[in-house]
Amino acid sequence: MNSREYIESGILELYVFGKLSEEERLEVQQMAADNPAIRTEIAAIEQAVINLSHSVSPNISAETYDKIRAELLGNDPKIIQMKTKTNWSQYIGWAASVVILLGAAFMYLQMNNQMNGIINKEIEKNKSDFDKMQKTIVTLENKNKATESMMEILRDKNNTIVMLEGQAAMPGATAKVYWNKATQEVYIDAQDLPEAPQGMVYQVWALKMNPLTPTSIGLLEKATASTTKMYKVDNTAEAEAFGITLEPEGGSATPTMEQLYTLGKV
Amino acid sequence: MTQEELLPQIYKKDDKAFTLLYDMYAKSLFGVIFNLIKDKEEAEDVLQDTFVKIWKNIDSYNESKGRFFTWILNIARNTAIDKLRSKNFNNNQKNLSADNFVHILDDPSKTNNKIDTIGIQEFVKKLKPKCIQLIDLLFFKGYTQQEVSDELEIPLGTVKTQNRNCINELRNLLKV
Repeated sequence: MNSREYIESGILELYVFGKLSEEERLEVQQMAADNPAIRTEIAAIEQAVINLSHSVSPNISAETYDKIRAELLGNDPKIIQMKTKTNWSQYIGWAASVVILLGAAFMYLQMNNQMNGIINKEIEKNKSDFDKMQKTIVTLENKNKATESMMEILRDKNNTIVMLEGQAAMPGATAKVYWNKATQEVYIDAQDLPEAPQGMVYQVWALKMNPLTPTSIGLLEKATASTTKMYKVDNTAEAEAFGITLEPEGGSATPTMEQLYTLGKV
Repeated sequence: MTQEELLPQIYKKDDKAFTLLYDMYAKSLFGVIFNLIKDKEEAEDVLQDTFVKIWKNIDSYNESKGRFFTWILNIARNTAIDKLRSKNFNNNQKNLSADNFVHILDDPSKTNNKIDTIGIQEFVKKLKPKCIQLIDLLFFKGYTQQEVSDELEIPLGTVKTQNRNCINELRNLLKV
């Protein structure tokens, strides 16, 4: 009998069902040992009936599960010992793994946080450093520009330089006027004027002498002042003298002569 | 898990062995036991006795005695039949052959309503009535070929092959 015929005979089903005589059972086992197709067939038949009986089984109550478990694992002192021993080492192993895992996770998070913190701080620091440097550069550039333009003003050959001397109100004060007659531009160097008091402002006047006619050519307001204290005021076509008075904020229509700080003839 | 992978684990008789054994076989054995006993509480007692016997005798089992499932199936059936033969079950025994495993499926209170087995239950109902009888007597109730031949009035020589055809039908339905 070949293996196909043997399988088709139906003997393997009865083998799985446990309904063969001792002799037949040994014969099947011998055949199975020699023939993989028979072994596969046996496993498939077994699976079919396991699934079948499983599917027609009512639910087993949790109490019965507990009872069976307790009876099998709990009553035999030898098994209790083994169980305890096994569980002990098993739990230690698990516990250790869990601890290591948690530890690793914790360390990872910690390191991550720390590193992130450090990196973020670094980035922030670098950013603020960079911002500061940017500002410095801008400031320097502005200063440089201001200096350059001041140099241009000072070096211009067309400039008339008028020294304004300190007057009765403030004898120590001096100022210089750079007046470019070609372009009519007027710059005031207020380096040696004291800081105007609160609520007051310096006002620049172009003066004609006969008769004395003052014309306001601008205020030395802080907003228009560069760090160099060089002020550009209104263009002036003709002037015989320049004077600076201290006036209330906003300036005055006519100079307050008691507060004439500096004066100089062209 | 194949029998070859399972057995070394089971022999250890530890927690894991119990869990494996129970998870793999408890429901199948209970299906067989309940089909014989018909009373859920009594059947659960038999299941417990069955597991105790398996556990106690597991050292005496080896693969030369046949499939492990066949070995525990025989323990389950024999324990259930012993129970039926005891005084309390004399009345029920008369009805033994009038009922089969498929009738369990018609009582929703008794069956497993888990989704994964509902499909199988539907397949099982598609089996030919002849096959249901054959499988019920040979597999679930553990009748001999002679007993089946007498009960179903079919020639003794055809029991094996008819059963083979029925199991093939089942395997086709279950795709095993």
